[in-house]
Amino acid sequence: MAKHHVTTTVNREPVELLCDPSATLLDVLRDELGLIGSKEGCGTGDCGACSVLMDGRLVCACLVLAAEATGHEITTIEGIAEGNTLHTLQQQFLEDAALQCGICTPGFIVAAKALLDRNPDPTETEVRFWLAGNLCRCTGYDKIIRAVMNAAAKMREEAVHG
Amino acid sequence: MGNEQEALNLVNEQVEYKWVGTRPIRPDGADKVTGRATFGADIDLPGMLTGVVIRSPHAHARIISIDTSAAAALPGVLGIVTGADLPELPNEVAAGGEAPINFRYVSENAIARDKVLYDGHAVAAVAATSVEIAHEAASLIKVNYEVLPHVINVLDAMADDAPVLHEGLITKGVEPAPTKASNIAGKTEFAMGDIEKGFAESEVIIERSYTTEAVHQGYIEPHAVVASVAADGMVNIWCSSQGQFMIREFCAKLLGMDIGRIRVTPAEIGGGFGGKTTVYLEPLAVVLAQKSGRPVRMVMSRGEVMRATGPTSGTHVHIKLGAKRDGTFVAGEMVLKYQAGAYPGSPAFLGGMTGFSCYELPNAKATCWDVVSNRPKCAAYRAPGAPMASFGVESAIDELAQTLGMDPLELRLKNAAKEGTATIYGPKFLQIGYVETLLAAKAHPHWSAPLGPNQGRGIACGFWFNIGGPSSASVHVNEDGSVSVVTGNPDIGGSRASMAIMAAEVLGMELSKVKPLIGDTGQIAYSFLTGGSRVTFATGMAVCDAAKDVVRQLRTRAAKMWKVTAEDVEWRDGSAFCTKVEEGKDRAPLTLAAIAHAAARTGGPISGNVSINAAGAGPGFGTHICDVEVDPETGATRVIRYTAIQDVGRAIHPSYVEGQLQGGAVQGIGWALNEEYVYDANGRLQNTGFLDYRMPVASDLPMIDTVLVEVPNPGHPYGVRGVGEVPIVPPLGAVANAVSHAVGLRLTSLPISPPKLLAAIDGAKAAG
Amino acid sequence: MNAVEYAKPQSIDDAIRCLTNAPAGARVLAGGTDLLVQLRAGVVRPPLIVDLKGITELRRIESTAEGFRVGAAVAGAELSEHAEFSRQWPGITEAFNLIGSTQIQGRATLGGNLCNGSPAADSVPALIAAGVRCIVVGPSGSREMAVEDVVTAPGKTVLTTGEFVSQFLIPARAAHSGDAYLRFIPRTEMDIAVASAGVCLTLNAAGVCTAARVSLGAVAPRALLVAACADALIGSTLDDAALAKLAAAASAACAPINDKRGTIEFRTKVAGVLARRAATIAAQRARGN
Repeated sequence: MAKHHVTTTVNREPVELLCDPSATLLDVLRDELGLIGSKEGCGTGDCGACSVLMDGRLVCACLVLAAEATGHEITTIEGIAEGNTLHTLQQQFLEDAALQCGICTPGFIVAAKALLDRNPDPTETEVRFWLAGNLCRCTGYDKIIRAVMNAAAKMREEAVHG
Repeated sequence: MGNEQEALNLVNEQVEYKWVGTRPIRPDGADKVTGRATFGADIDLPGMLTGVVIRSPHAHARIISIDTSAAAALPGVLGIVTGADLPELPNEVAAGGEAPINFRYVSENAIARDKVLYDGHAVAAVAATSVEIAHEAASLIKVNYEVLPHVINVLDAMADDAPVLHEGLITKGVEPAPTKASNIAGKTEFAMGDIEKGFAESEVIIERSYTTEAVHQGYIEPHAVVASVAADGMVNIWCSSQGQFMIREFCAKLLGMDIGRIRVTPAEIGGGFGGKTTVYLEPLAVVLAQKSGRPVRMVMSRGEVMRATGPTSGTHVHIKLGAKRDGTFVAGEMVLKYQAGAYPGSPAFLGGMTGFSCYELPNAKATCWDVVSNRPKCAAYRAPGAPMASFGVESAIDELAQTLGMDPLELRLKNAAKEGTATIYGPKFLQIGYVETLLAAKAHPHWSAPLGPNQGRGIACGFWFNIGGPSSASVHVNEDGSVSVVTGNPDIGGSRASMAIMAAEVLGMELSKVKPLIGDTGQIAYSFLTGGSRVTFATGMAVCDAAKDVVRQLRTRAAKMWKVTAEDVEWRDGSAFCTKVEEGKDRAPLTLAAIAHAAARTGGPISGNVSINAAGAGPGFGTHICDVEVDPETGATRVIRYTAIQDVGRAIHPSYVEGQLQGGAVQGIGWALNEEYVYDANGRLQNTGFLDYRMPVASDLPMIDTVLVEVPNPGHPYGVRGVGEVPIVPPLGAVANAVSHAVGLRLTSLPISPPKLLAAIDGAKAAG
Repeated sequence: MNAVEYAKPQSIDDAIRCLTNAPAGARVLAGGTDLLVQLRAGVVRPPLIVDLKGITELRRIESTAEGFRVGAAVAGAELSEHAEFSRQWPGITEAFNLIGSTQIQGRATLGGNLCNGSPAADSVPALIAAGVRCIVVGPSGSREMAVEDVVTAPGKTVLTTGEFVSQFLIPARAAHSGDAYLRFIPRTEMDIAVASAGVCLTLNAAGVCTAARVSLGAVAPRALLVAACADALIGSTLDDAALAKLAAAASAACAPINDKRGTIEFRTKVAGVLARRAATIAAQRARGN
């Protein structure tokens, strides 16, 4: 079976690879590109552990064919920090203890970033509904929601004061 | 949003600690928020093959034959395993895991022998050079089944004419023993006092049956393992598990290997809650690695997790509670019937031991039935067996309160277990904090907040023993005075942070210079698995002991450097102080770093290594308050406020203790409202994914408020009590009681899904 | 999954050609939120996947004098972000905002949500209530049809080989008219609709309903357009009696199944409740327009 040629950008870097036409974006991120931060929790788009941004839009990588990535910009959890400087969201998750086992954390951080990119001042309800597609079994969501709201406040502050 | 709840926490002693009770950033945090942390499915080895499992589509069938020839001939297929490749084990119970284990059952569950006993039961596995080839090979394996009649539910499985799963299964614990095999694996009884007399003396009796459905632990990370077997037979396993030593032991037993041949490295674990305290893929991966001579990775799909890994039991619970008119409990009886799944071993007996344990109950009896049926073999789920029995007891108490016109909290206070209260399973409680949690609930603003239309409030309590057990720890002083703390327990909820905190506290040093590590089975001495709410308690105790030994050594080294004796050296705030004053001798304090630098001269590396069998684990109690709002036209239920109060001994890292209360409470909410296993008429699981196995999502819930009541456990250096399991025990009762009050009807069947609730509401309306 | 090929035609004609020449079982790909799940489960094994997102007309939202022309491969989230569309059609917008999760909404499309043929598809009752039509293109040319005529049975549409839906035609918002969509799920998000109702109605100056369309989802093999529900509303001021009649008509029209998501009894009852509530919201919006 002929491999499919994909030319895309992942975390601001150009990427070229060959893959099965039926391979998902999640498959190639993990197995071809070694970007193991996006996780497979269900494979059916119901848990959000594979959340990535595609041209800034929040999607499940398990529901995107790798072939569809050509010509688009993909951002994964590995692209959220600036080098070794954590994004405010990542730092806030740590300060607010918003993770226990950590398997859902990459998905939540990517999803939360997508929210705050669009809506820098969400209400608790808006945050909960935006993140409804990200399952967490350890935390009961409480500290995650607080971390996102606290990060949003800090980011608004940073935007004003630089 | 601040942590206003901190102000509500009750600390029983005013002790000043440097690190204990603070909220530092966890040491493994950076890796976890950047996606660098390595979980089981993230491990990649050169030459690694992919292993795939072939599973039964039938709930109950005899395996007539398995033809692997077409699969074996497929290029790229390098190994195939069937039940015939694993040794036969004796049918007996041995110590292991969290409770006594029959390893024959574990082995047969991992891969079927002559019968398949549930939809999803593993029949064979194949390893190939790519995922595609592995799946193609799997489809080429031909299994010839003789389909048999099946049985799914516990009451059906107990019936005389039920299809029998195990031809030799004779009910244990029944005198005289039955002559015919059945699905009733065993009966266990606990009793104290005289319940006949107790009920005769009771002025009010509540008697009711309750049911719960099978629910899954729901960890987001599917099981994952990489196994590699070298030419000399040495086995290396990397996997997601709750205990690398348990994996090693179980694989050794199932494969007939020496334990010393196997080395297990725990990957980061993406949730377990008890479900990863056994083996499924691991022995199969080892056999495939052996046969192929290559590393083999096996990862379950979500569907496989749901079909073939242990949920906990669905149950039938019968409660009879007798009391005086003033609310004093006199007698309590429970009959528990729990689904074990395909092999014996449900936690029914644990339900019997825990259900009444929050209360002074002079006359009590628990009869616990363990029943097999064509479902996956159940596995431990956070306080196994307790939530279901507690649901029944707490619902009955709520109904008793209504009948007597008493406040449900006051009724519980009146009968609360205290120091000296006898338990149905034997011991008397030492110092416990149950009453404190009730008083905290009474004082909490939630308890007196007003309710609106269609809203109801429920309160319920719960108990779990918590365990100690064997743990090891090594505390190494590095040459620059930094410290490594090595333990053998996978970090499931933030325990690394607590290990570092405790070591730093004992050593009196900067927390940032203490690095906790989790060793593989070759790097640290034996530790019992992460479970039973034991790690902060038992492994923490080992860390404290090892750190104390290091302090002793540091004092000895300082003494050498000063040419005094160890008695003249005090350790304080991370430095040695010489208490002997001598003319002309300048003895400025020696820091840990200074002593470490000089270690080679004073006797060599400084390291404390401890293995203990921790005793003195304190039991935990929780009181939860839940408010719900019900839409009476649709039966939709929303939790609008929730408060979880628990006696936690001492919170080493309060954020992670709060996290345990919140996570357990939400699992309980899901169990009460929406989660259940649904089978069709053919015994096939209908909801194999997160779409239709409905766990709570972020928008379903409010904030989960917590109150940490600290009644320190005298059995631990810092007063730690296990906290992880108690929080899942009260929510079933709390939610059910809340809904019952919201709609004015007693709900006795979980989950309280909308169709059920609406039918109950409409039924009551019709009845007038 | 073996021997799957992937093609991304750049025009409608190319796509038609691609599909017509493909081996049997070729599937179109828009958002992929249903197709990839089916692929992974082995339920479908298409020899060719034809990605329609390279075709400009299918990715555009156009405002016209008659209303809106929305490409079939526009994602629900994109439609919701169109300020004018969501202002005029809040019911359709809220329907798309209920599909799955934020992640799903970022991909799921109008065409996919309809042509996947699920009786519980969230956007369909809202589109039917609004009187939306769609353009079907194929080897025999193009034709226009009402959305309610596309799906015939669960998973089945009227589309033949080489055909696909290219665009949706949504009328401009009429004066004094409003739409709403409600669905019942056990949680607050993520679930497939157990019952749903889309209502679009017009009121005259006296507050009397002069036109109405009521569509029910997840209570029959396909989404229903229930004339009896419209009859209950037309000529009324949506007083309690009319709403009760509406609810009864909705329940009477149901032909649902028992499954892991809901019972027949439950769906039937709740469909009536939702129809009534959606009509009330639509009327409030109509008064505001």
